[in-house]
Amino acid sequence: MQQFSFMRFRWLYFALSAVVIIPGLICLALFGLQLSIDFTGGSLLELRYQQNEPAVTVGRQQLQHLAGDTVNLTSLQASGTNQAIIRMSQISNEDKEGLIKKLAPHFKVVEELRFESVGPTLGRELFQKTLVAVLIVSIGIILYVGRQFHSVKYGICAILAMFHDSVVLVGMFAVFGKFFGAEVDVLFMTALLTTLSFSVHDTIVVFDRIRENTRKHPSADFQTVLDASVLETLGRSVNNSMTIIIMLLVLVLLGGDSIRWFGVALLVGAVTGTFSSTFTAAPLLLVWDDVARLLKARK
Amino acid sequence: MPREIPVNFSLAGQNVDYTIKRPILNLNFFGMTVRRDFELRQGLDIQGGMQVVLRADTSKVDESDKAAALESAKQVIQRRVDLFGVSEPVIQTSRVGKDDRIIVELAGVNDINQALQLIGTTAQLDFRLQDASPSADATQSAVAFMSQFKPTGLTGKDLKRSTVQYDPGTAEPQVAMEFNPEGTTKFAAITKAHTGEVLAIFLDNYPVSLPRIGDPIVDGRAVISGQFTLDQAKELNIQLNAGALPVPIQVIEQRNIGASLGKEAVEKSIFAGLIGLGCVITFMIAYYGWQGVLASISLVIYAVFTIAIYKLFNITLTLPGIAGLILSIGMAVDSNILIFERMKEELRTGQPFERAMELGFKRAWDSIKDANLMTIFTALVLINPLDLQFLNTSGLVRGFGITLLIGVLTSLFTGLVVTRTLMRLFLNEPVRSVSTVHRVIKAAKGTK
Repeated sequence: MQQFSFMRFRWLYFALSAVVIIPGLICLALFGLQLSIDFTGGSLLELRYQQNEPAVTVGRQQLQHLAGDTVNLTSLQASGTNQAIIRMSQISNEDKEGLIKKLAPHFKVVEELRFESVGPTLGRELFQKTLVAVLIVSIGIILYVGRQFHSVKYGICAILAMFHDSVVLVGMFAVFGKFFGAEVDVLFMTALLTTLSFSVHDTIVVFDRIRENTRKHPSADFQTVLDASVLETLGRSVNNSMTIIIMLLVLVLLGGDSIRWFGVALLVGAVTGTFSSTFTAAPLLLVWDDVARLLKARK
Repeated sequence: MPREIPVNFSLAGQNVDYTIKRPILNLNFFGMTVRRDFELRQGLDIQGGMQVVLRADTSKVDESDKAAALESAKQVIQRRVDLFGVSEPVIQTSRVGKDDRIIVELAGVNDINQALQLIGTTAQLDFRLQDASPSADATQSAVAFMSQFKPTGLTGKDLKRSTVQYDPGTAEPQVAMEFNPEGTTKFAAITKAHTGEVLAIFLDNYPVSLPRIGDPIVDGRAVISGQFTLDQAKELNIQLNAGALPVPIQVIEQRNIGASLGKEAVEKSIFAGLIGLGCVITFMIAYYGWQGVLASISLVIYAVFTIAIYKLFNITLTLPGIAGLILSIGMAVDSNILIFERMKEELRTGQPFERAMELGFKRAWDSIKDANLMTIFTALVLINPLDLQFLNTSGLVRGFGITLLIGVLTSLFTGLVVTRTLMRLFLNEPVRSVSTVHRVIKAAKGTK
């Protein structure tokens, strides 16, 4: 029976990645990320209200007018039925109390669900801290992969796959941020770190198999070895991701608003992490080989 | 959380009896801690509450005294918070660069505004003498009333502590004060010079008590007695204890979370987790047949273990933590899948079942170990167990890191030990062994 060749379609997989990555990058370049107050500093107030009869709707302009000069609104967003999130410049607890009092006459009940206020220094600090964390994790992974495979080729391809996953995740959130108001907060950064470890987790399983098969069949052509290894690990890869994706999908769909975007970020990370091991990292090895051969031939 | 158990049982079908035994055994093994109460410690984002980060302005304090000033500010806040009656308040100091900070977490506090006021005020407690001959209009206007009190230089800093006690003679409640050495000297001088006059106690420029000096007091121990009810005595005690902060503080970050928001989210997340668990079990059984059943049992044991560990180590559960738990359930199956797929391969090469199983476990272990090592590393970076200054200390991130770490470690154990034991048990049972082996082999072969 003719074995299906995965690697023949490697450019298709790269194209598929590009289809996801390029719009993300465009969005990122045009609109940037929606950074949360965790990073920028500012205040966030989530309120639940009950409508008067007849119903009143308060737009952002009116709300700003109501709030007066002490508060500088940046956005007003519905967060469920009769719930709204107001984002503004940093205000004190007293200012917030004042704001709620000013709103009270317009609605039957105004209940404070959440109030967060972050000073600008802390935001900058957190940003630095997360960058450090990303750096540490990346360096740790690079060292580990390098030690594990004793090969620049495997190491760099694993890291390129990891980079691919980060770009996918960040790009997707630039898109989600623009169109659905998804914010990049400290939990997003957590999801990003988890994605890095996901990505390398899966890649290691695939690479382990490639290495094992290279040793077992030293005479076989590299592409054949890759095809066989990918085929052998694909069942495990897909099944394992299925269980993770099932859990995360259920969390995103049923698990309430407060951690929804966190779930989405983990989900995107899990999907791209699985995809990239088989369809980015392994084909990259082949591309690496091709390029190396070309360079040698030219000399 | 432990309610998960019965749900899983019904899904696991005919293995009900077997599954029930395991968790009970585990709980007995861990003993009283687990049995005593099943309630897990809930994080701020779940039970609601407040977190504030305060900046302590220590710029006017000598470099060598800064740590002490910060520590004593922490103690004052600790005292104020204790008076507020919050269970398990968290108060930490931290130094970031040149910034001295105090982080206060009050879970389950109802009146956030009051709590914030209590913590945040740089309440200035001091003792003032009332003019011996008050002017006539002192009773008429507040300003005139206030102006008759003259500062003595004795402040809250001089007060060591105060307590509510009962007068041994009349059994009436009274408030006892104890001054520190410096305060004792000042207090002695004042009481000697002004016996019989009123020494008012002011908190934030507002008189809270107007006791009269009975006798000169030189040992730094004074008792305020009067027609106190117990509540009044307690209140005065709180006001005295609240004392003054040694350094001005300022709120630089504040997070209030209403209790309803967290409660809804937890209910939804747990519901989602159960549905997800059901889906994963269905998937595993549909795809791997008998092995899937074993893996599912192992998964249920995994879930019970994980929760037992949370309880054992008193892990605070946060919403991201629950997400971490849910994620780790999805990941826990991974080691089983790796093993099963390996087993299938060994079976395909014609190995007898028992040997295929052992080989499958052995070969898969390398990949499992390598693959999970990085997740463990990432989880450790997130948890930041050494409290490194350049890494995050956010409770939410840590909550996720901790459940992820526990999840990965537990899944290594259940995947390798529990599933393996279950499979061996299946094989070693003398009467059913033949038919079971055949069924498992058929299931393993049939699926591919």
